[in-house]
Formats: sequence, C-alpha cells, structure tokens
Amino acid sequence: MRLDKILKNTLLVLTACLVLSACATKKEVATDIKGQMQGDVYTGTDTVEYLAEGVPDRVFFATNESILTTASRETLRAQAGWLRKNPNINVVLEGHADERGTREYNLALGERRANAAKDYLMTYGISSDRITVLSYGKERPVDSGSNPLAWSKNRRSVTVKAN
Amino acid sequence: MIKKILILLFILISFNANALIEVDITRGNLNPLPLAVSPLSIDEESRKSFKKILKKENIGSEISNIVEKNLRTSGLFNPLDKKAFLQAPDIANLKPRFEDWNLIKAQALITGKVNYVEDKLRVEFRLWDVLAAKEMMALAFTTVPNNWRRVGHIISDKVYERLTGEKGYFDTRIIYVSEEGPKTQRIKKLAIMDQDGANNKFLTLGNELVLTPRFNPTSQMVTYLSYFKNMPRVYLLDIETGTQEVVGDFPGMTFAPRFSPDGKKIIMSFAKDGKSDIYTMDLENRIVEKITNHPSIDTSPSYSPDGKYITFNSDRSGYQQIYVMKKDGSDVKRISFGNGLYGTPVWSPRGDLIAFTKLHKGKFYIGVMRTDGSGERLLTENYYQEAPSWSPNGRVLIFYRETKTNSKGEGFSAKLWSIDLTGYNERQIKTPTDASDPSWSSLLSN
Repeated sequence: MRLDKILKNTLLVLTACLVLSACATKKEVATDIKGQMQGDVYTGTDTVEYLAEGVPDRVFFATNESILTTASRETLRAQAGWLRKNPNINVVLEGHADERGTREYNLALGERRANAAKDYLMTYGISSDRITVLSYGKERPVDSGSNPLAWSKNRRSVTVKAN
Repeated sequence: MIKKILILLFILISFNANALIEVDITRGNLNPLPLAVSPLSIDEESRKSFKKILKKENIGSEISNIVEKNLRTSGLFNPLDKKAFLQAPDIANLKPRFEDWNLIKAQALITGKVNYVEDKLRVEFRLWDVLAAKEMMALAFTTVPNNWRRVGHIISDKVYERLTGEKGYFDTRIIYVSEEGPKTQRIKKLAIMDQDGANNKFLTLGNELVLTPRFNPTSQMVTYLSYFKNMPRVYLLDIETGTQEVVGDFPGMTFAPRFSPDGKKIIMSFAKDGKSDIYTMDLENRIVEKITNHPSIDTSPSYSPDGKYITFNSDRSGYQQIYVMKKDGSDVKRISFGNGLYGTPVWSPRGDLIAFTKLHKGKFYIGVMRTDGSGERLLTENYYQEAPSWSPNGRVLIFYRETKTNSKGEGFSAKLWSIDLTGYNERQIKTPTDASDPSWSSLLSN
C-alpha cells in the first residue's frame, strides 16, 4: 500500500516532467502572466503569507493534481524545520480546489492535496498528531477571478497555526 | 402538515375513450397546447371570509393564477389570455359553451368554484375537452384556508396527469443552499421553498458553511454537509422539528450524502489519507458498511430507484468518470467514455437514465445517458453549471449555474435553473438570494 503510493507518486512526477518538457512553448506563453505561473502551477507570492521568516504558509498545485512541485517541497521543508523548532505548535492543513470542478469532487481533491502536504511534512519528522487536515473544496477561493491565474492561486494547501 | 389536505370527493367521469387531447411530453414541445384557465368562481360571502383570513381580494382568482403559471412554466401548455374569455366563470363551471371556447382556440378548459364551508376552504374544479365537448375530470378538495397555494399545485398536477398520462411535479418543494456575500467568503444557509419559489424559508442561520442538502423519499428529512465546528460532516435534519444529528462517527470528512430509495440508509463519501471511499449507514441500527475500497476518489453516489445499483463518480482511471456497481460494491463498471470529465451522476426516478455534469474544453454541460452509458445527450452548455436533481416524474432537471467574474473579480452570481429532459424549456427559478445545490422533493400529496 505504502509502496504503491510511492510508486504512483514517482510515476506521476515522471509524467509531470515529461509534460513540462513537451510543452516548452506553452510554458513560455504561461510565464507571460508576469512570470507568476509555471505550467499551470502558481509560482508568485501575491497571496502567500509567512509562518515565520522564510517560511511560506502555502503550496500550489496543477489542475486536478495533488503532486508537490519542487518549489512546494522546498516550502514544506521550511515548514517542517519551523515545526521542529516550535514543538508546541500544531497546524491545520487546509486543502483547496479551484472553481472549475464539481463541488463534491473538489472536496475530495482538497483533502487529497492537504494530505500530500501532510505526508511530506511527516517524512521530515513531523508527527501526524500535530497535523489536522481540513478540505474546503472550492468554497474558499483567495482570488475571485475567473481566469487561469486566479484559479492557480486557489489550487492550494495552506498551513495554518491551530494553537 | 403534508397530509392535511383531505380529498373528500373524487368524481371521475372520464371513461369516454374518445377524449381527443393527448400531450406528448417525450419530445421538445414547440407547440404548447392552448388551454383556458377560467378563474375559479366565488360567491360574495365566501370571498369576504377568505379576504379576512388570507388577505387576498379574490382567492378564486389567486388559485387559478397558480394553476395558470404552473402549466405555462411546464412548457407543455399555453394558457390563453383571460381578457378573451367570453363566458363568466360561474356559468362556465356549470356548463361551458364549447363553441365560445373553441372560438378563442382553447383545446382544454379548466373551471371551478371556491366556497367557505365551516372555516374550511372547499374547491372544486373541472377539466373539459373543448373539441369533444366533454368533461374529462372533476375533483373537489376541502382543506384549511392556509393551504390555498397547495390546492393550486394539486389542481395543476391533476390536469398535467390527465393530459400527459404522467404524474405532475407541482405540489413539491425544493431544498437548496442560499448564498450571500463576497465570493471569497460566501455565507451559506439551507433554504426551502415551494417548487414555484413561494414560501421561501431559511433552515440554518449561516454561522457555518453548509452544502449539498438532499431530501429523503418522504421529503420530511434532509441530509447535508455542515462545517459545524470546522469539521465537515454529514448531518441529518428533521424539517418539521428542526432536530439535527451527525451521521455516523467517522474520523474525518464525510460528504456527498444521499438517501437510499427506501429512506433507511444514507450513502456518502468518507475521506481519509487522500482517498475517498463510499460508505452507507443504516439509520435504524447505525451499522456502517464500506462499499468501495480504492486508492482513488470515489464520491457523489446515487442509488437506482429499485435500490439494487449505485452510480458514482471516481477518478480511478486517472480522471473523473461515472461508474455503476451493485449495491454491495461488486461488479464495478465504468459507463462514461465520451471526451472530457464527468461528475455528479444522479439516477432518474424512472430508472432509465443517469443525469450528470460534464466538463469539456472549459465548458460545463448538464446531460443524460442511459444506465449502461449509451445514448449520451447534452441538454445545456454554460461557463459553469452542475449538480442536476430530478423532478419526481423524471421529466425536468433542476441545477445551479455560476457566472464568470470580470477582470476585477466582480459580477459573481449563482442561480437555480431548470430544463426539460428534451433540452427545451430552460428557465431560471427565482430565489431571494443567490442559490446552489438544489434538491427536488417527491410529490407531497400522494
């Protein structure tokens, strides 16, 4: 089961790499939006808040995906470091989806995204007892726009202090 | 409350096989049947009594207005302008002058009268076949005056049934989610209203996020998702008493609830560790059963009307598709194979079709397919729309539609819409606030 998941993730990362290299031209078009997107993953800092200096509170996802990007992993490693330094802090990982999906599926997708972040924090030694997962589906967008950039900001998992 | 209407008389004088009128509702009806709804006649004393109780000048006209509006919105009938009527309502109810009604091209005529009898509202009505010059049906009801709107809906249902051969859907209610406030921080409340938008009532205060309410088969209970204490869980609500309870004891989010056709179980998704599976809970003995077991997202389950099968949404193939399985979770078959993503499958009350939402090339569609996935038909295309719910006779779908915002993120709205299975007769259902996640009740009067 566990191995299953790892294998699946590796496979997905591989596919993602292939997709990225295959759409080099598309990527250039996307980066035109003031360099805030790579593929359709948000890479800007517009909505990002900080849990501590150098510790961003959120990671972003591609459409319909829950794979962590290189940047997301970096963010989560910083969060794990911060959580290790502050053993009394517990967190809620709030998973979100964009508005371009059915409500019920998006609730499940938000849960899956927050769990991807949770799994990564756990591999860096954070106990699952300190992490609660909460999905909002498409119910709580940060950007009310109806365009690819707004949707990319909304596909996110946000780490929130619980205490 | 629901059973308060007593049908005292049931005179049916329509065994004449040569009745001519027949409305075909299986095709898009571009030539709705012209008919005349003569205002229900009322004697002066009764009129005054009802005016005092109901604050309505003429309750007879009010009831026939409801009938007229229902028949018009069905798209199958064309109620004619009352100004053209030649015969007075009270005389028409005794014996219509068919040649007068024929002259204004009415093919059917509805007449009736209202009386105040011992604090009660007594209504009788008759349906006439104008061309055959015959009475098709006659009925009388006695009920408490406050039920006057329901009397209008019941008359509409009887007329619809007599002329189309299928049950109507007018004496029904819609439960939905009322929405207010900015898109990033919507306030959502459960709300209930009559099918025509009247008698709107809020059932929750908006303190917590609520989603996806669905009626049980008797329309007295509702299951829905609430974020009470920031824990998204499936709840059960008794509409009459207002009592609420959490369904089951799951260590995580439960969502996408619906009742089984016998009303004894709730079927829903439970999400844990990034996977969502489908579970049922028996409401009598509280026994929980796991129906699907797959690392994918399995959600939006809906039973077939005989309770033997379940259709649901899964991304086990990589993307959202529609599946059908036996009620115990065995024999899982994918049924959607068209281009795009498919979600929110809902089994028709007639059993032959599954309605769904489809996302393809940036557009959202409401469509139907047969239960083996064949015969896919898309009924309507829009920027965003989803969550179809069937009318109890399986002829109309209600769903919600959201608008695109402008470059500043303004202009968002969510509204309820309905469309006939034929793909014709698309209409907005007016609500006092923005609205989403509609669920249609069963017929209340039988």
